Amino acid sequence: MRPMIISVASGKGGTGKTTIATSLATVLGSSAQLLDCDVEEPNCHILMKPVLQTVESITVPVPIVEMDKCTLCGKCGEVCRFSSIVVIGNQVLTFPEMCHGCGGCSLLCPEKAITEGCRELGVIETGLAGPVEFVHGRLRIGEAMSPPLIRAVKAQINPHKLAILDAPPGASCPVIHTVMGSDFIILVTEPTPFGLHDLKIAVEAISHLAIPLGVILNRSDVGDREVHKFCMQMDIPLLAEIPHDRQIAEGYARGNLLVVSAPQYIREFLEIFKKITELINGSKSNLKEALS
Amino acid sequence: MKIAVTSMGKEIDSQVDPRFGRAQYIVILDQSGTVLEAVDNSQNLNAMRGAGIQAAKFLADRKVDVLMTGHCGPNAFTTLKAAGIKVVIGQSGTVKEAFDRLNRNEVAFTDKPNVEGHW
Repeated sequence: MRPMIISVASGKGGTGKTTIATSLATVLGSSAQLLDCDVEEPNCHILMKPVLQTVESITVPVPIVEMDKCTLCGKCGEVCRFSSIVVIGNQVLTFPEMCHGCGGCSLLCPEKAITEGCRELGVIETGLAGPVEFVHGRLRIGEAMSPPLIRAVKAQINPHKLAILDAPPGASCPVIHTVMGSDFIILVTEPTPFGLHDLKIAVEAISHLAIPLGVILNRSDVGDREVHKFCMQMDIPLLAEIPHDRQIAEGYARGNLLVVSAPQYIREFLEIFKKITELINGSKSNLKEALS
Repeated sequence: MKIAVTSMGKEIDSQVDPRFGRAQYIVILDQSGTVLEAVDNSQNLNAMRGAGIQAAKFLADRKVDVLMTGHCGPNAFTTLKAAGIKVVIGQSGTVKEAFDRLNRNEVAFTDKPNVEGHW
């Protein structure tokens, strides 16, 4: 199988992103790598039960000012768009918790008075869940900035595998950082006014990235038909409908994978993967046509 | 002495804006109560982060001595303190009323922020 990156996102929380991502990775077996990019509340490991082998601490650089070298010129403060370093009177104040670690202040300091310390963002753990390569990030409690940790998780993408990325809910920076660079985005939603509302926001945010996407409708037999209508209008392919099945719910409540507690869905997940492959190839040939 | 009051407008009769970093305007007065300038703070108002720090830096550059506002967060307060600017919180009503309270010695300077960041 050709390597590719598939992100699973949703907009609304609790729609079944992790359920879909973990079962997709499981049916693809040794071809797959699962990366949990929901670093604030990673939970793929609960379903995948990986044996973790490595732990790596991830940090961002923060400025440390040597005041005996500083001439109070203020260039550091001018370049910092997050106000994490500022010259006030004869002092240089730093706000390390606001620093995004770009290194601009130390680069521009004419006196070379700024060195880089570090702030821990969290850790990355890797291992194996059966034949599936497993990676997740865990954001340090109290840390507000997740995108650099998400980038560190994505740096672990194995270019020889089918990488499945489980995104956080929402439609802001952490989601965009997760799905950027993917070949395909699966949006998981439920057929309720809430699912539809947040799906619209996610579609609008993600459409700027020009990545092909499709919807999986979870608990598809509850609620209404509005998500179906929206997908038709927007020409978004509906990849699968997974009903509100007691067998799945019971398995989930025990922390078991969907395709383990309800193995009749293995075929459905292989079918989802086949559709995604076709859609990616289709969008590439469309692009070729558009360019020729 | 220069006094800065966060404000919803440019006039001395404008209402005090309770926010500091994201105030709409900052009115700077001299000790007689004459408006020296009214600064449009809209750039800071839309800042992603660090609005309080930037506003404090601005007041430091303008050599303001006293800030009168509604609320002040921790990063803004640290920066104001470093600049030696005294802070009066809990202000409301008009800019003039706030200034008069200072003039009549009816206010106290705070020694700590009164809200969390991003309140």
